[in-house]
Amino acid sequence: MALLEVKDLKVRVEEREILHGLTLTVNEGEIHAIMGPNGSGKSTLSHVIAGKPGYEVTDGQILFRGEDLLEMSPDMRAAKGVFLAFQYPVEIPGVATMNFLRTALNAQRKARGEDEFSTPDFLKKVREVSKSLNIPQDMLKRGVNVGFSGGEKKRNEVLQMALFEPSLCILDEMDSGLDIDALRIAADGVNALHSPKRAMVVITHYQRLLNYIVPDIVHVMSKGRVVKSGGKELALELEASGYAQFEDAA
Amino acid sequence: MPAVQETVERVKRIDVDQYRYGFETLIESDKAPKGLSEETVKFISEKKNEPAWMLQWRLEAYRRWLTMQEPTWARVDYPKIDFQDLYYYAAPKPKKTVTSLDEIDPEILKTYEKLGIPLREVAMLEGVEPKVGEEDPARRKIAVDAVFDSVSVATTFKAELKKAGVIFMPISEAIREHPELVQKYLGSVVPTSDNFYATLNSAVFSDGSFVYVPPGVRCPMELSTYFRINERNTGQFERTLIIADKGSYVSYLEGCTAPQRDENQLHAAVVELVAHDDAEIKYSTVQNWYPGNSEGKGGIYNFVTKRGDCRGNNSKISWTQVETGSAITWKYPSCILRGDNSRGEFYSIAISNGFQQVDSGTKMIHLGKNTSSRIISKGIAAGKSQNTYRGLVTAHRKATGARNFTACDSLLIGDKCGAHTVPYIEAKNSSATFEHEATTSKISEDVLFYCIQRGLSQEEAVGLVVNGFVKDVLQQLPMEFAVEAQKLISISLEGSVG
Repeated sequence: MALLEVKDLKVRVEEREILHGLTLTVNEGEIHAIMGPNGSGKSTLSHVIAGKPGYEVTDGQILFRGEDLLEMSPDMRAAKGVFLAFQYPVEIPGVATMNFLRTALNAQRKARGEDEFSTPDFLKKVREVSKSLNIPQDMLKRGVNVGFSGGEKKRNEVLQMALFEPSLCILDEMDSGLDIDALRIAADGVNALHSPKRAMVVITHYQRLLNYIVPDIVHVMSKGRVVKSGGKELALELEASGYAQFEDAA
Repeated sequence: MPAVQETVERVKRIDVDQYRYGFETLIESDKAPKGLSEETVKFISEKKNEPAWMLQWRLEAYRRWLTMQEPTWARVDYPKIDFQDLYYYAAPKPKKTVTSLDEIDPEILKTYEKLGIPLREVAMLEGVEPKVGEEDPARRKIAVDAVFDSVSVATTFKAELKKAGVIFMPISEAIREHPELVQKYLGSVVPTSDNFYATLNSAVFSDGSFVYVPPGVRCPMELSTYFRINERNTGQFERTLIIADKGSYVSYLEGCTAPQRDENQLHAAVVELVAHDDAEIKYSTVQNWYPGNSEGKGGIYNFVTKRGDCRGNNSKISWTQVETGSAITWKYPSCILRGDNSRGEFYSIAISNGFQQVDSGTKMIHLGKNTSSRIISKGIAAGKSQNTYRGLVTAHRKATGARNFTACDSLLIGDKCGAHTVPYIEAKNSSATFEHEATTSKISEDVLFYCIQRGLSQEEAVGLVVNGFVKDVLQQLPMEFAVEAQKLISISLEGSVG
């Protein structure tokens, strides 16, 4: 079944139209890659799906399991299972990662009408998940992302993904700022979370990331539209010939 | 429960659109005639059955006050106060000597119950009741002195404290029962001529708390005072005097609330602390006077003089304050580091929202050798408020080896508020080491969106970020107050974003 349907989406930022009628359908269990040059609207798409303020949707719709996503507050979208892994995860000084995880997880559960986790249950779950991702316990005691290396920040995103169990994961430029070892570790984490019920949308400039997270479908974006979709071989083709060939198509 | 979670939890349970303490208690009260004169001063002294020396002291202060000018250097703006249009004394009727809680007006007991302050001696502060067999309940006991308008209405655990030799009573009682101590220490830290508001307080103070901890005694429980202004058009002038004799220790907490009213009310308190050799005083405040409504109408004018004297060698005084209320705050809890190796600390969270104006900070006056001080100030400005840190660190010529560390951080929420930092630093000898750090930042939309994307509501996200910002200071509060303070921080910032 279609998990995410973006239909003819038009988005403006301060009078300037960024997305000019974008259509995209993602089914459960699929991995989609969205590629495209700078300024093609990739990050805008991810922000609008997650509900970041500052974007004006002038036309089109976004359905999540058939529900109108644009009608929901961003925190409600999170509770429904939309997760955005940030390109640059922010630092929150004075808030221990463990506290943050617990506050967020329980806020989501509460919004869904589920019982909140008790302290022992939560600790047990966090230990399990962080162990499976090879994340040291002392990282959880530090302030959220404060003093984390680029790799640690991305692993913290993967940890949250694993803990919150979203059904749609959007990874925005996950490879930026990572060396090849850090990239491999983060990608392994993401792959471990792939399941028939969970879809991933991987946004990237480079084909490199797709060697580690192998997509089912690749979309090429240019000037605010999807101009071509295909199998994983499309990414290789792009790597060889660049984005220029699509500029005209848009 | 983790701190942040606790905040979020508590905020959810509270009706956040209301100043929670804004109710009024309907009781009859006994007031002095309106206005200020020698007669008013005599009236108060008489009501309190004071000895002649006390009246003399007050009158001298009053005459001095007549010659003084209201200070104007603070970054606060308010219409001129008509000191003749105020009541200077209000006491709940019936006015007879109260010997047990059963004799207190049930309306007043209800008021304190509503405020969550237990006056029954068996009661504990909300939320910290130990489970059976888990903890020695005695460790969690808190002795409470409740001041309602101008008078102390109840002091708990007096007998138990007496066993330890600790004197904890309304200052009006101490003037009668321990005149030698009061005469020796009253005005010795904040002299009657100190400043406009302190002098006014010296003339008309009606009650407050008195604490004396004898040599070598560690006060067996936390002491606390809850101040409540109820009466209309009435100034509250309380006076607190705490003396820690050689080698003793005491931790003292202070809480303040007032009803919601359209007119402004004046609160001008004086707190004096004296720490002798090797003694330590820890003084914590959670100030939540009514801040005025969303249009800036009403609220308390809080003009307070607090000063601690580290009179003995190796003594230590530590101020911790969480300031969320008041229309205007003018307050600089200070330390005079007189004894060699003495230490002063100031930890502050000052939050302003709506039209609140805060001008607050500290003074660390290094006089003795090898004295040290530490200042951690966190100012948070939201709405259309103005929030100023004003501080003085000074080392006397003979204060060799003086050390200070100051960190002032300001956080702005929205774009209609202001944060200001005004530090004065004076080193009169070359061996002093003073460090000053200051930052000002705006609460970041990106940080809020990150939190919200992970499922927190806007309000929860602000609460979380702000609680993280003030964490260093919150950790200094006794546990019971830390919970209350977190709750207050989140409530104070309700509606500040979006």
